Amino acid sequence: MRSPTMDTQMNRRDFLRLLTVGTGVLLASPYITFASAETDRRFIFIIQRGAADGLNTVIPYADPAYAKLRGALAIDVSKATRLDSLFALHPSLVETAKLYASGQALFVHAVASPYRDRSHFDGQNVLETGGTAPYQMKDGWLNRLLTLLPKSQSEAIAFASTVPMALRGKVEVTSYAPSALPQASDDLLMRVSQLYSNDAQLHALWMAAMDARSMADEPGSKQDPASFDKLAASFLARADGPRIAMIETGGWDTHTGQEGRLARQLKALDTLVASLREGLGQTWQKTTIVVATEFGRTAAANGTGGTDHGTASATMILGGDVNGGRVIADWPGLGNSALYEGRDLKPTTHLDTLISSIIAQGFGVDPEKLAATLFPDSKLSKLTTGLLRS
Amino acid sequence: MLTSVFDMSPAAIATNRFGLGSRPDEAAPADPKKWLLAQFSLYQPAPAAWANQTKTSVLLADYVKKQMEMRKADEEEKKSAKRMFKREVRDDYLAAVRARAEAALTTPSPFIERLVHFWANHFAISIEKPAVADFAGAFELEAIRPYVLGNFKDMLFAVEQHPAMLLYLDQARSIGPQSMAARRAAERQPDKKRGLNENLAREIMELHTLGVRSGYTQADVTEFARAMTGWSIAGIGNGKERNNDVDTNGFMFRPQLHEPGNRTIMGKRYNQTGKAQATAVLADLAASPATATHIATKLARHFVSDTPPASLIDRLSKVFLQDGGNLTSLYRTLVEAPETWAPTPAKFKTPWEWVISSLRGLGRQNLDGINIAPILNQLGQPVWRPGSPAGYDDIAGTWAAPNALMRRVELAQRLAAPLGDKLDARKLGEKLLIGAISTQTQTAIARSESASTGLALLLVSPEFLRR
Repeated sequence: MRSPTMDTQMNRRDFLRLLTVGTGVLLASPYITFASAETDRRFIFIIQRGAADGLNTVIPYADPAYAKLRGALAIDVSKATRLDSLFALHPSLVETAKLYASGQALFVHAVASPYRDRSHFDGQNVLETGGTAPYQMKDGWLNRLLTLLPKSQSEAIAFASTVPMALRGKVEVTSYAPSALPQASDDLLMRVSQLYSNDAQLHALWMAAMDARSMADEPGSKQDPASFDKLAASFLARADGPRIAMIETGGWDTHTGQEGRLARQLKALDTLVASLREGLGQTWQKTTIVVATEFGRTAAANGTGGTDHGTASATMILGGDVNGGRVIADWPGLGNSALYEGRDLKPTTHLDTLISSIIAQGFGVDPEKLAATLFPDSKLSKLTTGLLRS
Repeated sequence: MLTSVFDMSPAAIATNRFGLGSRPDEAAPADPKKWLLAQFSLYQPAPAAWANQTKTSVLLADYVKKQMEMRKADEEEKKSAKRMFKREVRDDYLAAVRARAEAALTTPSPFIERLVHFWANHFAISIEKPAVADFAGAFELEAIRPYVLGNFKDMLFAVEQHPAMLLYLDQARSIGPQSMAARRAAERQPDKKRGLNENLAREIMELHTLGVRSGYTQADVTEFARAMTGWSIAGIGNGKERNNDVDTNGFMFRPQLHEPGNRTIMGKRYNQTGKAQATAVLADLAASPATATHIATKLARHFVSDTPPASLIDRLSKVFLQDGGNLTSLYRTLVEAPETWAPTPAKFKTPWEWVISSLRGLGRQNLDGINIAPILNQLGQPVWRPGSPAGYDDIAGTWAAPNALMRRVELAQRLAAPLGDKLDARKLGEKLLIGAISTQTQTAIARSESASTGLALLLVSPEFLRR
């Protein structure tokens, strides 16, 4: 089994040894870049599958069109947390509001990926691959991020049984979710390792699975959401744990019964965020969480107590050193003429630029190289600085 | 990525790639193509395993009755009635999943049974909504199974008019903004907005027929949603029901919900009134060249590889258009295609495919003592719960993952444990994989510390995980 700590030592020793030899070739070696990026930052991407309603999450209560467009679905601002003179936060996001109050939550509004149609599956593909059109890129931007990080920090995990698109690609990643099945015997595990030794695909998957298994304190632990959240945090809190993680949430496609459903969805997200903050302990100070969705929902309520597929939405950036306590929005307004195609919140911030800005600062990676690797075809705006404190 | 250490024989391709996996009591097909084509006449739309499934009409009547009682009940009664309904739905769901799996274990036509699973996933419903869960088994039995050897258009209509789909994608509640019902309601309650829900209209175009990025626009989706208004379910929701025409499966057209006026969809004018309007649109969608390409691509992907060859997609697509959506013509084309007989097993089995082939391989004819639904949850593919109307992915990237592989190993151990002294894994491997077994796997099985470990290794071997 791999030991990440050993790897780090080996790499550093190799690096130093080679450096003292002083070969000119080394200057072109990727180790140089890696060494300068030595940090133990954690980056967690939480995807909201199904097109989360940004307008009822970070609510533009002071926009004169909001209440009229949303009718009965409009959130009563007296029950929500006021964020500033324009926006308020959905009342279910209690813990997130506390983070905002302590400057550890930043909301960005009217955000969208380059995708402009309204198919969930195409939209999620663009969001996860980092392409500009669906199925144009074959791997995920989180996986490509791993290629820019030093080996010691390039371990990534999906908290799911399978690996979501954003994490698929050249670099092997692991996946973990607690199992209710009886554990396999050590003998069987060993024999399976041998069985797969000549099969490149299965061998790599199996090694990653064994790795994740060794990190779980109690394999087969309970599957309720609260203990799942804690388990995720316990993996990430380890000094030798993964640096990059992805967590999937579903159920955001609220065509009907939105009021209750969105409240429950946001409550679950709020609990997840709180568990991560608690479980990460000191590591929370070096953790950045990005919560994003494939696209937003219609500005107006539909005819069945919900909203249909839209365009721009809201993105959350959470973590111990997030320069938060503010909402960033080049607010396009919700007036009829301001709406995208006469129905949706118009995008004014590129999600790709936002993600690049956070990662460039967090991991100290060269911004141009980062953008070219993560979002090679996106026309990124100038990266924003100061989204994190460090 | 894929290491090919073995090639599949034509007999192994017939039973394991086209079929649901070999069974120890079945001889390897002598003429694989003939064996597959003969299954057209062996297929049972309503096999014994499904005998206890309650019919849609009965489920619907019961559902409507319960909703009525619930409206009258006080808070306490409501709670306990809801709990009871939830339990009933869960029991019915578990029974239906078992029926589906037992049909797959005992079928005389495993190739056609595989196609049932294919179409049920193409027209995916997802049981997060309790009402959908109630109808899931009946949906497969009544809207999918009778049509797999028929015409695409007939299956399309059966699916889009079934309560499970109308509830899942919110069609039952969509109302034309200018319809009689909306105007009357606006007089009574001016604050409460009633109107369109475009969910089903969009997914029919994107997922069920034309396919995404095939040229339709947001305006086409909205127009189609307007045409669909009135497509509803008997007994549920808005409006009185006299004079309405109720279909056997509970589909009902409610004229008072229908948006008046002509529609223009993808440049074509639809002047029909009432139910006939969406019927005409749906019939055009069923016969569209984009639909032919979409269906051809999905079938080719299912039987050849994650990135299917354009040559086969073209042929299937032409056959679809030429034979007016005749599905058996498509299946014949698949059986005759050289591409589907490529010896390299390019498909990584989905959890469903792997469990069913494992149980068949171990000689199971029923699921006594095995609770199949939770097993599929553990493997990451709960039946009728893909969580999205796109259904489950049909590519290796989705299923070949570290934790998912560990789960298969855990389950293989559990399935094999009680069978160690009854089956010889060495012989079984030869039998099930029909010659396509590597020396490495044979050695691993032969050296295992117990007979049951040998069986478990066979089930998780590289050969058995792929088809």
